[in-house]
Amino acid sequence: MSAATFESEFQTLRRRHRAFQTGATLVLLALILLTGWISEASPKALAEGLPRVGEYLAKLVPDLRASVLFDGPKTEGSFAFWMYRADSWLWLLFETSQIAALATFTGACIAFLLCFPAAANLAPNRAVYTLTRRGLELFRTVPDIVYALMLVWAFGVGPLAGIVAITLHTVGALGKLFAEAVENVSMGPWQAMQSTGANWAQCVRYAIVPQVLPNFLSYTLLRFEMNVRGATVIGFVGAGGIGQELYQVISFSYYQEISAIVALIILGVMAIDLSSEWLRHRVIGKAA
Amino acid sequence: MMSDIAATRRMLPAAFPSATQRTLRTAAWALPLLLWLLALCMWFEITPARIVNGISGVAVILRQMFPPNPGEQWHDILIGLSQSVAMAFLGTLIAAIIAVPLGLLGARNIVVNTLAHFSLRRVYDGFRGIDQLIWALAFVRAVGLGPLAGLLAIIAADVFILAKMFAEAAENTDRAQQDAMTATGANRLLAIRYGVLPQVAPVFLAQVLYSFESNTRSAAILGVVGAGGIGLQIAERIKVRYWDEVAFIILLILLTVMVIDRISAVLRKRFLA
Repeated sequence: MSAATFESEFQTLRRRHRAFQTGATLVLLALILLTGWISEASPKALAEGLPRVGEYLAKLVPDLRASVLFDGPKTEGSFAFWMYRADSWLWLLFETSQIAALATFTGACIAFLLCFPAAANLAPNRAVYTLTRRGLELFRTVPDIVYALMLVWAFGVGPLAGIVAITLHTVGALGKLFAEAVENVSMGPWQAMQSTGANWAQCVRYAIVPQVLPNFLSYTLLRFEMNVRGATVIGFVGAGGIGQELYQVISFSYYQEISAIVALIILGVMAIDLSSEWLRHRVIGKAA
Repeated sequence: MMSDIAATRRMLPAAFPSATQRTLRTAAWALPLLLWLLALCMWFEITPARIVNGISGVAVILRQMFPPNPGEQWHDILIGLSQSVAMAFLGTLIAAIIAVPLGLLGARNIVVNTLAHFSLRRVYDGFRGIDQLIWALAFVRAVGLGPLAGLLAIIAADVFILAKMFAEAAENTDRAQQDAMTATGANRLLAIRYGVLPQVAPVFLAQVLYSFESNTRSAAILGVVGAGGIGLQIAERIKVRYWDEVAFIILLILLTVMVIDRISAVLRKRFLA
């Protein structure tokens, strides 16, 4: 190949590359302008909005003064003054975690029952498999807060609506993960059990469950972490937990209370994440 | 045969527990679990009657959902849906741009000071604990009702997730390319630009695409607190119990999420083959 053909081919390639890049950039720019226009994020709105966000966030900074930091709850500027209702907030946080725990437990139990027919290698026939898989998908795609909005009508205001809402979403999310774990098992034990004349349920119990149980537990703990986050806001629509309190203090612009509750939520979520991570490592061993 | 079993039983007594041992072992975890469930049921006032009532309420809702119906204000629904998708797109993009420098600052191999990168990472972890809806509610108070508040909420919630992911991706890069850049006389910044960024770009792009998918889902509910998008339409129709229109909107959201997932899968294949 002469230098001239090389040069011309190189130029064609480069032109094509350049054309693609310009095209992609133009498309991206057009999308940015379009989405900016739809979401009302004009430069003017941003210029007006951002300073207000700054002001708002600045007001949230707790009023803590070093000189009186460790004084009692009566002194303005002390830590205790900032957290003056810590006892009731901590209780609400505990309630939130229990809502998440109960919903995760119930959801995991239902998902456990549904995941075997939803696994391609165990489903008795194609129809059962498709039906459970699509069903799980439906449960999964509706966010828990939408369930909560509707269930508050059916179950009344309170934690029960929130628990059922999170449970429904958890069934869909965990059911899919469980089914995928079941599809990855080794089928040797299954065949061994079948050759002894065991029925379907017995085969599942003794050939599949021991193989997938650590995975199931680990997924459930991960889901629990996510559900705790979800449970902190489920109260926004009246479904129990600390969200209800947070909704009120944000609506009334009680800035110090907002930052106090959010700080407690951050600490609570972190504590739960850390302990759940520790448990997960214990369940599946250090390798995972 | 019998003697084999007897021999094994002697060697591995733990594998052949007696019936009482087995019951005790089950009771050790089943009893506390039962007590915990009972205590929660009493605390949250979960009674069979309430559950039956609730389920019959759900049955009423489900019956009224069919057939799904776009209703009179169907154009509001479409506007809300486009707002949600726009918020998710722009929000993810802006969050990704902000997360690049934040992620690099949180990476152990780029900011060598252990205290600095460790505390920065804990800050990201902490803010990740704040749900998007909390940000949305706060931004609605700050900039007023509408999609701008939702956009800001998506950015605020996503920046910390992406920054953490990006920091982890940067830590997993091959050190040699950075060293090679330094050996040619490049300064710190150039070494990062040509020694680290090309290695993390695919990982980061995959993460951003995933974020976009997940943000489309969450942008659909931000309207519940007034931050624009389809969520507002859903919340309004639930308030007045137009269940057939609610069902229509839910189906529309499912469809949109599916389309976005498909687009994102195509992009992933195109750029991350």
